[in-house]
Amino acid sequence: MTNPADTNARLVLTNATKSFGTVRALADGSITLYPGEAHALLGENGAGKSTLVKILAGVYRPDGGELRIDGVPVEFGGPAAARAAGVSIIYQEPSLFPDLTVAENIFTGRQPLGTLRRIDRRAMHRDANEIFARLGVRLDPAQPARGLSVADQQIVEIAKALSFNSQLLVMDEPTAALTTVEVLRLFEVMRTLRSHGAAVLFISHRLEEVFASCQRVTVMRDGRFVRTAPIEELTVDDVIRSMVGRDLATLFPKTVTAAGEPVLEVEKLSTAGVFDDISLTVRRGEIVALAGLVGAGRSEVARAIFGIDRRDSGTVRVHGRTLPNGDPLAAMAAGVALVPEDRRQQGLVMAMGVDQNVALASIRRLARFGLIRRAGERALASSWSARLRIKSGRLRDAVATLSGGNQQKVVLAKWLARDPALLIIDEPTRGIDVGTKAEVHRILDELVGDGLAILMISSELPEVLGMADRVLVLREGRLTGSFSRAAADETSIMRAATGQDAGAAA
Amino acid sequence: MATRARRPHDDVNTDARRARWRSAARWEVGLVVVLIGVLVFGAAESPTFVDSSTFFYLGINVGYLAIMALPMTLIVMTGEIDLSVASILGLSGSVLGLLWHHGWSIVPAVVVALLVGALGGALNGILVAKAGLPSIAVTIGTLTLFRGLAEILLGSLTVPATGDRQFPAALTNIGVAPIPGTQLSYTTVIFLVLAVVCGVVLHATPLGRAMHAIGLQPEAAQFSGIRVRRIKFWLYVVSGVVCAFAGILLTLQNSSVSYGAGTGLELNVVAIVLFGGVSIFGGRGTVVGVVLSVAIFGALQMALTQLNVQPEIQNVITGALLLISVVVPNGGEAIGRLRERIKRK
Amino acid sequence: MTTDTAVRPVHRFESLLRARELGIAIVIVLVVAITAVRNANFLAAQSVQQLLSGAALVALLSVGETMVIITRNVDLSVGSTLGLSAYVVGDLFKYQHIPVLAGFAVGIVVGAVVGAVNGLVTTVLRVPSLVVTLAMLYVIRGVDGVIVNGHTIDPSAIPRAFTEVGYRTLFGVPWLAIIVLVVVAVAGYAMRSFRASRDLYAIGSNPEAAALAGIPAGRRVFTAFVISGTLAGLAGALFLALHAQVDNSGGLGYELTVVAAVVVGGVAIFGGSGTVVGAALGALLLNTINQALVASKVSSFWNMAVAGGLLLAAIAFDRWLSLRVARGLKSARGVHRDV
Repeated sequence: MTNPADTNARLVLTNATKSFGTVRALADGSITLYPGEAHALLGENGAGKSTLVKILAGVYRPDGGELRIDGVPVEFGGPAAARAAGVSIIYQEPSLFPDLTVAENIFTGRQPLGTLRRIDRRAMHRDANEIFARLGVRLDPAQPARGLSVADQQIVEIAKALSFNSQLLVMDEPTAALTTVEVLRLFEVMRTLRSHGAAVLFISHRLEEVFASCQRVTVMRDGRFVRTAPIEELTVDDVIRSMVGRDLATLFPKTVTAAGEPVLEVEKLSTAGVFDDISLTVRRGEIVALAGLVGAGRSEVARAIFGIDRRDSGTVRVHGRTLPNGDPLAAMAAGVALVPEDRRQQGLVMAMGVDQNVALASIRRLARFGLIRRAGERALASSWSARLRIKSGRLRDAVATLSGGNQQKVVLAKWLARDPALLIIDEPTRGIDVGTKAEVHRILDELVGDGLAILMISSELPEVLGMADRVLVLREGRLTGSFSRAAADETSIMRAATGQDAGAAA
Repeated sequence: MATRARRPHDDVNTDARRARWRSAARWEVGLVVVLIGVLVFGAAESPTFVDSSTFFYLGINVGYLAIMALPMTLIVMTGEIDLSVASILGLSGSVLGLLWHHGWSIVPAVVVALLVGALGGALNGILVAKAGLPSIAVTIGTLTLFRGLAEILLGSLTVPATGDRQFPAALTNIGVAPIPGTQLSYTTVIFLVLAVVCGVVLHATPLGRAMHAIGLQPEAAQFSGIRVRRIKFWLYVVSGVVCAFAGILLTLQNSSVSYGAGTGLELNVVAIVLFGGVSIFGGRGTVVGVVLSVAIFGALQMALTQLNVQPEIQNVITGALLLISVVVPNGGEAIGRLRERIKRK
Repeated sequence: MTTDTAVRPVHRFESLLRARELGIAIVIVLVVAITAVRNANFLAAQSVQQLLSGAALVALLSVGETMVIITRNVDLSVGSTLGLSAYVVGDLFKYQHIPVLAGFAVGIVVGAVVGAVNGLVTTVLRVPSLVVTLAMLYVIRGVDGVIVNGHTIDPSAIPRAFTEVGYRTLFGVPWLAIIVLVVVAVAGYAMRSFRASRDLYAIGSNPEAAALAGIPAGRRVFTAFVISGTLAGLAGALFLALHAQVDNSGGLGYELTVVAAVVVGGVAIFGGSGTVVGAALGALLLNTINQALVASKVSSFWNMAVAGGLLLAAIAFDRWLSLRVARGLKSARGVHRDV
């Protein structure tokens, strides 16, 4: 456990809590960072890592708990205060100013000044080049950030964090978009920083990176601190067990069903630069999981099947009939439903009520003589609300007021109301509390029992292993693995997903 | 499936319902109060205000403007804007005038004028919905372009020019005589009919629900199988046709047309729509609100004109109403933020 | 390494951006050359002076408008602010006989006040600036009417020394154009060289990231509106000096012309990019085409249609450009994947 009075520690966070409405994102966030160490923070998606990072960044104010830096209790009023206290953050998703130059992005608000407080461009570019040299990359400080590849954007973010010369560097999955060479360089930089006494908090899903670069590990689960231990005392299995921390069999109610005739047949689906040569089949009564790292192109495949994005080539057939390219309405008519990844942006109209959201995809069926039958709409919503046990005040209340789990059930209701043959569900339980997670899993299990075909995208390995009848793995836009339920295990999936020998990391 | 019969909403929270109703209807109620205020003020200050001809002239003065406000309402609901409405009015009026000048008979000339409006709207629609360009910039461009085309077509000509036939009296009568047996102008009735159509479409049909969803969250709308681009495209076409129709009405009502007809009215139309409670960000607003807004603007204009108030001061009132309409809903929040900031210090 | 593959399309894009000012300049030269061939008088000193004076006011307004649009806002009140400023200054000349320099000062102050109101309502009340400045447009037009009360300010009321600013030239260049040129040069330099002005780009480019970076967005946007108002106020005084009279049509409809000039000049309507110099050149281009049509004896009726077509072409060109960059990026990523 953390000891707030630890005077050697650079940063001590003790029992931090944070809730959003009814959702408790962080129940016990605790971590201690010492000067000169690289410390890994591990946990499944939704374990509370990002919330903890945002508290350190001053973006969120914790509801409770204590944060000390160099032994002194601090409260950050905003990101600027955190930065002033010496905390630099590299976020998972780069947030650059596309219209400003690379150098300006690094030194926003801190540009070196010359006479008359004018920006000294030459000095700024020199400083930027110095940082790039430390990172061993070649980037032109004068080029605009718009048009940089995601990897280069991430490098700019890293350069920005380094430019603060912070004693505390937090990296939230910085390597997701980087190539192997770049990752190695990043580790080099981490070593240099540590030798100067900085503490680095490193978050990554690639365990082999953690074992290669970190000295200590803290594991979180369901918003709580689980354990902190030196890396030598741990094996990959230990870590995974701590992260998952429960018996898969009791958590996932998957009953074994016999798969029927094919519902979805995808052949040689390709879109340049996104995914390539994807072929897969989903049968009646089975759950096929699409696993892989974030950014592997899984959601893009789902979007192309449903017709949100146009595909460059390949065919998509549902019940043997080819779907037209880029036409969600035709896909819906053929019996396809898509529960998208981003519930708040894509799945729901947040300002509309539960009733209108549930009815949104079936609205034409609810009309008589061209007019919406409000009574029919309400009946539909209230019957689905009862079937899925959606907890809401009134059906007219905006879905924005619901918890994440109930919002997800509304999205499910919206699509199940159409009585689909194929359900594509992207990250079915992201950002949902444990109780509702189990409910969603039970619902999915019942649906396949009733003969639905489900294509499930998930970044949570336990979910993949617990729910899927078959697992397909996508890496950098290509299918790199296919496992039956019996053959699938963490190691083989991770190996296919990372393209590296996962066993070597242990 | 979980099928235990259960009605989760038996415990209806009446307080919440009342609060919700209040927030939804507050704006329209406010507009009704303002409208009554304006009418009372007008009646008290001017003896001729309650005269039956007032209503007729109100229709003549704001009818064509009000008609353009309806498609604008739908477009703003989807989060876009159409600043070219008054130019389409001017262009189609000019086309009508030019064809009449060249000896066409009225029916084909009107048909062509409407077609021109549809084409103009389609150009907006292609640029905004298909090419994905920002509607405010596009329609400032077409505002200029269409007015320019009108200018090219008619030049300094005012139709009917000397030697031309007059427009058919049966049609130009709409500018001087009410519908027989009533005190309503034709434009008023046309506006009200169109308003009912718009209101039904927006508030009671799947298409209207789609427009709400597009305005609130275009991405979620697309993921629900709503054809966002197609709907936006056709809204611009409809806007073009309706504005062309308004241009024809204005031409007939005035018995004449020049290329500058309706210049600058786009901003009045936008002001009416926003004052009617339609959110500039899309997704929120009602046709009833816009109708009330039209009535308030019209009545105010009549009252002030009868009181010989300068038209400039009427502008102040227009602007002030518009400002109030956005400041009032935001004021409370802003005060809250200020308090928070003071407390922090 | 992705750097090499990514750099190439990006640099092409950047050079295209830089070429925007150059491109407009070339188009202006072409228009002038073609027109001069058809009508030699087009290059006569008087004609050129007329061209520059005419473009000057819109160019001045476009400087402030650029700053506002870069922050993802818009100022529709510039035209009426110009009118108000011209009115107030003229009124004071007519009835208070204030000194010439005071005339300019008053114009500037009037504009600054309007800008401050726009800025306050936009930032403190968080009302969309489109709505705020549209409302201000009406309010100011009305205030105009109250102040002038049906009178017009005629040349006899204006001090000669004041109107000289409108017609005097220095080495053949109108004073008016020189003043605007100085403003454009100073603003153009400032927009490149100060932290606060780079913040404007950051705010328009990515508002969320700007908040994360601790940029005081409210204060910066407020300042942009004050500058826009101030320049509109100055433009009002110059308008009065140029025309020596003003009635209630002064500055009418300028707001949309200014937005058009800014967009033609390469400023993105949704903020984040564009330069003051580009916007001023956009204003000059629109005015040059206007004059060229007159000089070519093409009916001046073509003027608006050409301007509108140009604006649409400019927007479409910008979109085409950004699509090209996006496509270049995609293929760059594809290469990266194959490594």
